Amino acid sequence: MIHAFEYRGTFLVLDVESGAVHEVDKPSFDVISALERGNALYALPYSRSLIDEITEEISELKADGLFDTPAPEPVSSDGAASPIKSMCLNVAHDCNLRCAYCFAETGEFHGGRMLMPFSTAKAALDMLIKKSGGRHHLEVDLFGGEPLMSWDVVKKTVAYGRELEKKFDKHINFTITTNGVALDDEKIDFINKEMHNVVISIDGRREVHDALRVTPNGRGSYDTIVPKAQKLVRERGEGEHYIRGTYTADNLDFTEDVRALADLGFEQISVEPVVLKPDEPHAINDSNVDCAIAEYDRLADLMIERKKEGRPFNFFHFHIDLDNAPCLAKRALGCGAGVEYVAVAPNGNVYPCHQFVGDDRFLLGNVLDADGAGNMKLNDDIRRSFGSCNIFTKEKCSKCWAKYYCSGGCAANAFKLNGSISEPCEVSCKLLKKRTEIAIGMATVKD
Amino acid sequence: MKHIKNIQKPCLRSGKNTACGECQASCQSACKTSCTVANQKCVKTAK
Repeated sequence: MIHAFEYRGTFLVLDVESGAVHEVDKPSFDVISALERGNALYALPYSRSLIDEITEEISELKADGLFDTPAPEPVSSDGAASPIKSMCLNVAHDCNLRCAYCFAETGEFHGGRMLMPFSTAKAALDMLIKKSGGRHHLEVDLFGGEPLMSWDVVKKTVAYGRELEKKFDKHINFTITTNGVALDDEKIDFINKEMHNVVISIDGRREVHDALRVTPNGRGSYDTIVPKAQKLVRERGEGEHYIRGTYTADNLDFTEDVRALADLGFEQISVEPVVLKPDEPHAINDSNVDCAIAEYDRLADLMIERKKEGRPFNFFHFHIDLDNAPCLAKRALGCGAGVEYVAVAPNGNVYPCHQFVGDDRFLLGNVLDADGAGNMKLNDDIRRSFGSCNIFTKEKCSKCWAKYYCSGGCAANAFKLNGSISEPCEVSCKLLKKRTEIAIGMATVKD
Repeated sequence: MKHIKNIQKPCLRSGKNTACGECQASCQSACKTSCTVANQKCVKTAK
């Protein structure tokens, strides 16, 4: 399989199954595009000798394993037997904001507001250690709702995790995802000392942020959050972090939001499309997705312009390190939800990922049912259904050129929008493909 | 070659020394929704 595309005036061809990339001239681009679409080559407005010259070069590349490389043997996973290495710990099903697009029902997760007792967090970590098998690197994301509302549990959980690391020879990367409202000096110090990564939610321009990220009394939260986020990032230095925004149908000019975040001094930026059903307010859907796709070109221009000016920023989805990217197995098996990754609700219920929390059709078990050593039974059937859902088994994904870059997309979004974890969301796919083309272009073409 | 220039060698690694499972779960990175995987790093090859 091949994919021909244009990146800022340069014609590129991706050999999907090997990951090789070629820069081609316009006639070659047209020939390869015709091949990709199954169209007749000699109908193109080029001489027969030129087309023959190009097809000869293609044949040479094929012989070298650089063009239309055959697909590898499918990778599979018995989801029920897989170690669990990653956990989203919902320490608070409550939030101090009421964001209009919140997937978690402004923090309630379909089940009422609740903070996680430390005993439950402790049982969750015990289960993680027990289920992690031989995996050395483990991950725990302190999530919510708003995790800073359960600060005491955050601190105790990290301390307990450090004990477990020593006892079981594991390394736990703690991360935290916060709206930043409750940050203060003590929390900033702790986060910068203990967290491998921190994600702070800011949507960009003040008016965009304040329109949807509001307090319970309806006031915008931008002025509360931004100075605290700036302080945290300033004091964090080179430590991993992201300022993560959400764009909706209301700000399809989201390049301006990224620009606003960069102007605030943030250099690690991720702005994501909102995930809502097509008919919900603020949704990205078929009627506006082309605007969003075009906007990514503007964003690429801004990123390159800022780099040339000596004030660069990194946009999460435009950054691919092709030579050090994950292996085929990782790319094939997806996000790991339900297999190597689970989420735990404040009441101890375990779900395949944070987006399934509260949906008891996907309940895997409860950490409080474990014995004192973390032994417990999870729902094998659900785990197997996630394990068998991958880019080789999903019909649309198996034929898609972007499969090794998105890994099949988000199972939760697929379920939310299409009623099946195996049926990817078309709008998300379109956006992902555009971002991937730009990322590949940025990684391979000199500015 | 006159028309086609290779600018990235094959980079989808499989077989020996792969599938160790030690890299970050993709959903645990910055996005939490979009599931991009290729922008992560292999813990074995990345410096």
